[in-house]
Amino acid sequence: MSRFGDWLNERFPARELMREHMTEYYAPKNFNIFYYTGSLLLLMIALQLVSGFLLMAHYVPTSADAFNSVQGIMYDTKWGWLIRYMHVDGVSLIFILLYLHIGRGLLYGSYRKPRELLWIIGYLTYIMMMGEAFFGYVLPFGNLSYWAGQVITSIIHAVPFVGPGLTTLARGGPGVGTATLERFLALHAVLWFLIIAALIVMHILALHQVGSNNPDGIEIKKTKGADGHPLDGIPFHPYYTVKDIFGVGVWLTVFAAIIFYAPTMHGVFLERTTFFRANPMVSLPDVTPPWYLAPYYAMLRAIPNKYLGIGLMALAITLPFLLPWLDRNPVRSSRYRPVYRVMIIIMAITFFTLAWVGEQPPLPKYFIVERMGAVLYIGFYLLLPIISSIEPTRKVPERVRS
Amino acid sequence: MNKIILSLLLGLLPIVSHAEQGLKLDHVRIDLSDQASLQRGARIFVNYCLSCHNAAYLRYNRMGHDLGISNQLVKQDLLFATNKIGDRMRAAMPAADAKKWFGVAPPDLTLEARYRGPDWIYTYMHSFYRDPKSFSGWNNTVFPHVAMPFVLYGWQGEQRAVFRNVKLVSHVMENGKAVTEVTEERVFSHFVLAKPGTMTPKQYDLAIRDLTNFMVYMGEPAKLERIRIGVYVLIFLAVFLVLAILLKKEYWKDVH
Ligand code: HEC
Ligand code: HEM
Repeated sequence: MSRFGDWLNERFPARELMREHMTEYYAPKNFNIFYYTGSLLLLMIALQLVSGFLLMAHYVPTSADAFNSVQGIMYDTKWGWLIRYMHVDGVSLIFILLYLHIGRGLLYGSYRKPRELLWIIGYLTYIMMMGEAFFGYVLPFGNLSYWAGQVITSIIHAVPFVGPGLTTLARGGPGVGTATLERFLALHAVLWFLIIAALIVMHILALHQVGSNNPDGIEIKKTKGADGHPLDGIPFHPYYTVKDIFGVGVWLTVFAAIIFYAPTMHGVFLERTTFFRANPMVSLPDVTPPWYLAPYYAMLRAIPNKYLGIGLMALAITLPFLLPWLDRNPVRSSRYRPVYRVMIIIMAITFFTLAWVGEQPPLPKYFIVERMGAVLYIGFYLLLPIISSIEPTRKVPERVRS
Repeated sequence: MNKIILSLLLGLLPIVSHAEQGLKLDHVRIDLSDQASLQRGARIFVNYCLSCHNAAYLRYNRMGHDLGISNQLVKQDLLFATNKIGDRMRAAMPAADAKKWFGVAPPDLTLEARYRGPDWIYTYMHSFYRDPKSFSGWNNTVFPHVAMPFVLYGWQGEQRAVFRNVKLVSHVMENGKAVTEVTEERVFSHFVLAKPGTMTPKQYDLAIRDLTNFMVYMGEPAKLERIRIGVYVLIFLAVFLVLAILLKKEYWKDVH
């Protein structure tokens, strides 16, 4: 064993990698429930790769057969339904994890120096995931897929000068059809996914370069013991590997309960209109995006002018990139920043209210909710530089609380 | 804090309702474990609906297997349109002919229950009424101007729809002045059974319940399987979880 190990390590840095990223990567000992989200995201994305690969073995990307091939997976393929539900429900669960993961970053100031790049890479991954989800959404070619494809590609139309050309490029023709499915499949399963995978690797490398933050927002590297290791840190392996295995157990139980007992989650994870094949003649009364994209859709609708609406949506999606520089308070964690904590709670409520209202039909009574939501969302980022430089803070302890 | 965010997330889940506006649907009790009901529903479906509609994602032998009907019996009683037991359940009438007859091709019904929901189907099959103005002589309150003739009228009999006029009061602005406008609208009130069929209303309800039950099965045959297998998966995960907890406790003993 050790002779093989030596042979291997002369040629490949297995031991070194293990040491650097596992046994001698020191993580704060006070991680809470939010810190399971990262490893669970890795797990879920790996599962998407496996289930997606199996789905592709039976999927046919043509407008005539896409819907049939997906139903073939549901009816005729052995375990096909299980694979499809895994893949479909996996998406919603990934976005739940992403929102908890991003929310954790907000709560504990994990985006702050020196983790700006870690934050930006992560947020870029999230934006890529939205694209990945959209491409996947169109593939089964139910009626919702068709109309969602039609509507979203027409948003690109608003880009100055090149818009119309881009829309044709995205669709592969004047309308959504076989050419669209072919290129969306190529993007969904190959290029886009590879970019996401590369971003995730960079995300982890950036994290291990600067070290994990923690719920107290205290830099553990500041207090080191005689052995040179942080006093409040513990080796990732074995401590956090066994803890994450426990998290995986809980999460898979939730995942399995959904797959086996509520795979459509009452039409939230898998909408009813996806069971009706794509039909350009049957328009849907209201094409609404899946819940995880709905907040942005609500903001798009908040301004009746198409260009301004798209501008607002683009702004809402890009603002979080600036967060590391908008927050000017010396204290990181919201545990010691009561005002900031209230702002985050308002932000979370705003975001999920926008998700809810984005799913509603375009009625005047919802209009006011959309507008207030947009104002609160944008307001959070505009006010943060001012509030963070004057807000009162509590005294931050020297060492993390366990 | 964690609790707040979790409850926000979970509170989000059941919010989307797809109820069609202004339409009251009768509730039907679906029970996929009632195999006799599924078998009766299958018989109705194959005899009365498959003549026009496809149910092409489902195959005869799969249906037989799931509903506990032997291949022998399927061949004897249910195979009309084909003679191969592994075939998809296709309509007896070619779609092109049907389109000529009815103006629209009857849609494939395999996924109908997933798309419309069981209550919709149940109510739809109760809502045909005589309408001399319509092409087929039938109309439907759930699906106005439907092109489908009511094939089960021998069972239910002939219904007539009774409408009533309601006053709609709306306040509008006209030339800067608020005006109240009153309009009359004809809305559906109730059905009367003009000519009874061979079944009593109670019997008809039960027959349609069986039919709907079968259509729910047809929309997702895997449901029978997943509900059964899910138990084993969850038991496995529970055992895994116990081991994971013990392992974690063991290692974390020395973290202070
Ligand atoms: C004589 C041919 C014929 C028979 C038999 C028939 N249908 Fe239909 N059905 C049609 C046609 C045609 C339509 C399309 C109606 C339209 O789009 O206006 C239709 C539509 C429907 C719809 C609505 C589909 C939608 O758009 O959501 C349902 C549900 C339905 N049929 C159920 C049944 C059931 C259940 C039976 C068996 C009891 C049955 N049909 C028997 C011809 C038929
Ligand atoms: C699929 C996408 C993602 C994967 C697989 C992923 C993975 C991980 C992992 C494994 C960790 C370490 C474990 C943990 O702290 O939970 C981590 C930490 C972190 N991630 Fe992500 N992440 C993803 C997306 C994001 C996004 C969208 C953001 C922010 C917008 C983000 C920001 C961060 C930050 C700031 C940390 C450090 C948190 C801290 O130390 O307090 N990540 N990520």
